[in-house]
Amino acid sequence: MSRVLTVARNTFREAVRDRVLYNLVFFALLMMAAAVIVGQISMDIETVVMISLGLSAISLIGLLIAVFTGVGLVSKEIDKRTLHAVLARPLQRWEFLLGKFTGLVMTLAVNTAAMAAGLFLALLVVKHSLVRGDSVVLVAVFFILLKLMLVVALAMLFSCFTSPLLAILFTGGIYVAGLFVSELRSLQVTNLTPQMQKFFAVISYILPNFGNYDVMGAAAHGRGIAGRLVIYNTLYTLLYCALVLAAASVIFSRKDLK
Amino acid sequence: MKNGKIAAWVLLLLLPAGFAGVWRLQRKISVERDAMHQEQDEVLVRSPKLMRLLTAEYSPLAADIYWTRVVQYYGGKRLGQDTNLESLWPLLDLATTLDPNLIPAYRFGATFLSEPEPRGAGRPDLAVKLLERGLEANPEAWRLNQDLGNVYYLELKDYAKAGQTYLEGSKKAGAAPWMKVMAARFLEKGESRETAAMLWSEVYESSSDESLKENARINLQLLRADDDIEHLNEIAGQFATRFGRLPHSVREVIQAGLIDGEPLDPAGYPYAMGTDGKAGISQKSPLFKQQTTFRRPI
Amino acid sequence: MPSPAIETESLAKEYPHGFLHLKKKTSLEGLTMQVQEGEVFGLLGPNGAGKSTTIKLLMGIIFPTAGSARMLDKPVSDVSMHREIGYLPEQPYFYDYLTAAEVLDYFARFHGYSGAERGERVERMLKKVGLETAGKIQLRKYSKGMLQRVGLAQAILHDPKLVILDEPMSGLDPVGRREVRDIILELKNAGKTILFSTHILSDAEVLCDRVGVIAGGKLRGVGAPGAIVGMKTVGMEILFELAEGKAMAGKFLATASKSGGGYRLSVAEKELYEALDELSEAGAKIIAVTQIKPTLEDFFMELVGKERAQAAAVEVSGK
Repeated sequence: MSRVLTVARNTFREAVRDRVLYNLVFFALLMMAAAVIVGQISMDIETVVMISLGLSAISLIGLLIAVFTGVGLVSKEIDKRTLHAVLARPLQRWEFLLGKFTGLVMTLAVNTAAMAAGLFLALLVVKHSLVRGDSVVLVAVFFILLKLMLVVALAMLFSCFTSPLLAILFTGGIYVAGLFVSELRSLQVTNLTPQMQKFFAVISYILPNFGNYDVMGAAAHGRGIAGRLVIYNTLYTLLYCALVLAAASVIFSRKDLK
Repeated sequence: MKNGKIAAWVLLLLLPAGFAGVWRLQRKISVERDAMHQEQDEVLVRSPKLMRLLTAEYSPLAADIYWTRVVQYYGGKRLGQDTNLESLWPLLDLATTLDPNLIPAYRFGATFLSEPEPRGAGRPDLAVKLLERGLEANPEAWRLNQDLGNVYYLELKDYAKAGQTYLEGSKKAGAAPWMKVMAARFLEKGESRETAAMLWSEVYESSSDESLKENARINLQLLRADDDIEHLNEIAGQFATRFGRLPHSVREVIQAGLIDGEPLDPAGYPYAMGTDGKAGISQKSPLFKQQTTFRRPI
Repeated sequence: MPSPAIETESLAKEYPHGFLHLKKKTSLEGLTMQVQEGEVFGLLGPNGAGKSTTIKLLMGIIFPTAGSARMLDKPVSDVSMHREIGYLPEQPYFYDYLTAAEVLDYFARFHGYSGAERGERVERMLKKVGLETAGKIQLRKYSKGMLQRVGLAQAILHDPKLVILDEPMSGLDPVGRREVRDIILELKNAGKTILFSTHILSDAEVLCDRVGVIAGGKLRGVGAPGAIVGMKTVGMEILFELAEGKAMAGKFLATASKSGGGYRLSVAEKELYEALDELSEAGAKIIAVTQIKPTLEDFFMELVGKERAQAAAVEVSGK
């Protein structure tokens, strides 16, 4: 376990020193400022608009980092051959993967927290006070982080066996597909045969359901979110990530490196 | 290398178990999310003008997205259940503002805005508003005249306006010939069960949307049931004339030889007759509940 | 008898090749060899011969398609034995956003040292490879030679029993190469086993107890550098001086070549005295007479030459 954490620490350090990340966070903060301005235009719903825009920005920035950096975690090391000296250590390949994953998730957590802090600051400016109901926004941010964890795991899986470009496309594709999973499930188009409907139903359960994490409406209107949902979503994410990372480990452990 | 192979096989065996867990968690999550009344949030930005501004050239696309939301939440099996219809109007308002040519939205809205609660939103005035907007943006769409006429006829009981709009629609290119016929019926005969049945027949034939078709079908069945019940009540009257009292059950009427065989309602269930001699739909029939939700007092 | 530090048995590696990956390219074929504990073993061969492939197979960077390998009496797939093994990859590249000290510290963490001990080791290693002043500079600013030294440092910082170096001299100037040679000798004196690959033969001759020659994916020969080439004397070389203006006529004089202030003449062993007579008649002053022994290079070139000729013949025959 300490070996995993060593790799994780190093991955975190790399992300922090990679100045691209700072630009993205800056961009997000800019978005928050814009949200404040937009909020002034449409009366009565400044809070709603700001929270929606803010959460969207956090989600989007996070997704970009998760996909692009996530894919690079493994492929960059393989391309640049920095991996060789690391694998010469008494370190299993799956420990290496897990460490990289943990490091990026830690980075995303810090990033997301920073942006969320910016959002709360903006809210404070607009509302002049925060109420308990605003804590729902924290839950929404937590859900975004869960979502990002799953995206990182998927990005790592794909980068283990395809080129970086394809990995980015596949990960993005699965994310978009995952957003419409619930629609897929209740597909009402009746010109499909029962077999096709069954097929789509099965696919809808296998694909990761990214719609689970969307609580923007509740957060924007200050409505509470059931504690059970938080627990289930967390378990879902952990379980799915475990499956994806396990598959990635198996693939990575048998892969010839350059 | 052997370790790698063993690990691969173990993973292959564990994956189904893992996904089974995912499945079960997903079901639990879906339950929680449904309970969250998410529908209300589909209309996050309530100003159609603002949305139009924000989406610019992608407005029709945004319209489609809102329309998809409507279909998802109000279409199919959702109907007739405890659905939150508060956002139906805003969603339709948004969708049609963003894309004034989104015909399905007008047609769908016409039905479910105008019908009385709990089936619909009970707002025929909004339905009229929606359809008038639709006609303005799509002058060639005679189907919208049909829908507007139906709202006037069925809900607002304004037979003059119903006939008028049907007449206007009948003049448009491609209009079905019965538009003129129906216009005439409305203007002449006003309210009648037969007219209503013709109206619903047309809606049933012309709708491609399953929910609208189903709606029309049930309305037709209820109208037929109304006819049957009227007929049965007439026969009950004949019974009374002959035997000096009203019948206590349908069997008595059959035994008296006044009708052959047991009459069945359009859903296939026998009619009931109370001890007071009044015929009605049997409680066992699905039409029983539907007659209250689809209330069609004609 | 103690088990060898490294042993391979019919180790082979094939790569799928060509369109649709239908053809197979063999980069290593049936390698069976042993490296004994405490010896310095050189893996020689031209570029692309399979030296790096062999080392990568040993380190678990790529996986064999046939055969097996063991290091320190454990199968190569057992990663825990990496504790006792140090590895310098060819053309090493490390995280360029880190400094040398940070890289070494990172690697040291995998070996479970306490914080203080880790710091001390890192200091010591930096000094050993001559980087103590550059320790705080980010690696992106390092020259190739400096990177090579970092590579060497990370390979030995945990005091491994077995050290595997892939082209350790590449990218180094003569001073650097001398320093690496000294480090290797120091390691050998400390009782470590060393395997290194190179195509610089003079280094192998000086450092190695034994060498293995790999060409075309096959092991061509194993043995002490001297033994491989045989102890046979190939000829005699005479260094002499001759006064200006003297004619370079005669059976042997004609073949002499200028060398520095005098002349150099190679003759077969049995013709030595005949040549000496001719030279003294011509009034030449004999400076030195030495034996010519075949070098590893000669052996090598002959071997490679044969290999290339074979390959060429195969190509010509069209199969």
